Amino acid sequence: MPDNSETPKQQHKRRTVLKAGGAAAIAGIAAAHSVTEASAATQAQDAALAADTEASAVPIVLTVNGQARQLRVEPRVTLLDALRERLDLTGTKKGCDRGECGACTVLVDGRRIKSCLTLAVMRQDCAITTVEGLAKGDDLHPVQAAFIRHDAFQCGGCTSGQIMSAVAVIDEGHTGSTDEIREWMSGNICRCAAYPNIVAAVQDAAKEKRP
Amino acid sequence: MDFLIPSTFAEALAIKAERPEVVPIAGGTDVMVELNFDHRRPTALLDLTRIAELTEWAPSENLLRVGAGVPYVRIIDELGDRLPGLAMASRTVGSPQIRNRGTVGGNLGAASPAGDTHPVLLACDAQVEVASVRGTRMIPAAEFYLGVKRNALEPDELIAAVHLAPAAAPQQFSKVGTRNAMVIAVCSFAVALHPEQGRVGAAVGSAAPTPRRALAAEEFLAGELSDAGLWESPKPLLDSVRRRFGELAAEAASPIDDVRGTAAYRRHALAVLARRTLGWAWQDYCGTGETRSQSCA
Ligand SMILES: Cc1cc2nc3c(=O)[nH]c(=O)nc-3n(C[C@H](O)[C@H](O)[C@H](O)COP(=O)(O)OP(=O)(O)OC[C@H]3O[C@@H](n4cnc5c(N)ncnc54)[C@H](O)[C@@H]3O)c2cc1C
Ligand code: FES
Ligand code: FES
Repeated sequence: MPDNSETPKQQHKRRTVLKAGGAAAIAGIAAAHSVTEASAATQAQDAALAADTEASAVPIVLTVNGQARQLRVEPRVTLLDALRERLDLTGTKKGCDRGECGACTVLVDGRRIKSCLTLAVMRQDCAITTVEGLAKGDDLHPVQAAFIRHDAFQCGGCTSGQIMSAVAVIDEGHTGSTDEIREWMSGNICRCAAYPNIVAAVQDAAKEKRP
Repeated sequence: MDFLIPSTFAEALAIKAERPEVVPIAGGTDVMVELNFDHRRPTALLDLTRIAELTEWAPSENLLRVGAGVPYVRIIDELGDRLPGLAMASRTVGSPQIRNRGTVGGNLGAASPAGDTHPVLLACDAQVEVASVRGTRMIPAAEFYLGVKRNALEPDELIAAVHLAPAAAPQQFSKVGTRNAMVIAVCSFAVALHPEQGRVGAAVGSAAPTPRRALAAEEFLAGELSDAGLWESPKPLLDSVRRRFGELAAEAASPIDDVRGTAAYRRHALAVLARRTLGWAWQDYCGTGETRSQSCA
């Protein structure tokens, strides 16, 4: 059956337009058009760019690790940059900024995505989980604990992404064999090649999670 | 940059008519790379992800209508039995994270010759439903790809859906890449058996400026199968038939040398892919139950 998981998002206002000036949302595209063009035409390019960056910031609310966080971002800001640069959640890493390395993996509504490939403005009304949201106080998430037990990292650059992907892999039920784990973890690259230990950690954590 | 968030397809089409230069964004797995690296500075993005109509699939007459915004993960999970070729291709796109977001509409919008769904859409005679405020039209996949990253969309049009017949017989897709995950295809091939029409669909990807049907291979095989009455009483295919099919498939390509491979390698690999995928599909059709690995080469 077609999945209806998108329906809650439909509560959005008709033709919401995030536009220059930050006045949350206005209806009608003609207005948005003229404002952007007028400001760009009258200023030197650098100044215009800077002003545009300032002026075109829009207020948004992101729900990260259960907390609603208000911030102002330019529409072109990725979720990754919003998390790291604006919300000081630097656990999520930037490796390539082009979807290839997986260091920026976060969960959005329970599904893993690459936060460098999505805009912050597109992720309002979603529940975002970053690596900072896994532990309960001093109690590490079973996947985090397994990574430590198995020494599943060297430099650590890829680790938060590996851990977020591992949490999703276990939820998705793709941990039947080491080959299956390798395949379903293939969106996360480790330049230190800690793969054998990562696979062992995922396998171990998957056992632990089973009732 | 403006960020426009229509909540219905009609609104999206109105915006696209008024501002044809806006760049639609669905899964963002192509668009975001261009933005992050400043290859593209759109004046506005048109967010298609809130439009419910685009993220649904449903039977439509004898076909299945798959909304342009249905992500790969759902095609694999929900349509794997009815659209096996499309699901196989979807399964090879990027990584799990990319498949959670990327869409067939985005693959068609980008129209990269290496896009993995294209050979399948061609082999399965898919129709692309495109719409604008002027109305809706159906474009056969074979007429959709015009050049490298160029498709048949008019500036005011958006892709609404693809229409494909539920598979009546086996389909296969295969691609060659430098590793198992996250690779752009060096070349790819799809084959779909259409016994009800006494025909075979075959198409190559990543081996010409556009994805292409392998018409000579299709005709050759259809002739062989009907001459020998194999549709009605299937028997294993002769090696010579599979080989000739592979050669003709490779001849459909006009590959180039690039960082991913030489033209000569692509031709060779395509012949192998075509021979093997046909072998797998035909074995399924015969119901011999042999495994893929035994049928290789
Ligand atoms: C790491 C990585 C690996 C990848 N691996 C593969 C791979 O193995 N195989 C493969 O085929 N691709 C691959 N891709 C490319 C990409 O994931 C696919 O092309 C995907 O199908 C794009 O879908 P999307 O929804 O994310 O598109 P978007 O990025 O949202 O859009 C892509 C293009 O289509 C346009 N568009 C989107 N929807 C519509 C619509 N409804 N109407 C009109 N235009 C529209 C956009 O304006 C844009 O030009 C990869 C990308 C990355 C980053
Ligand atoms: S930083 Fe996002 S995948 Fe590399
Ligand atoms: S631990 Fe160094 S990149 Fe993985």
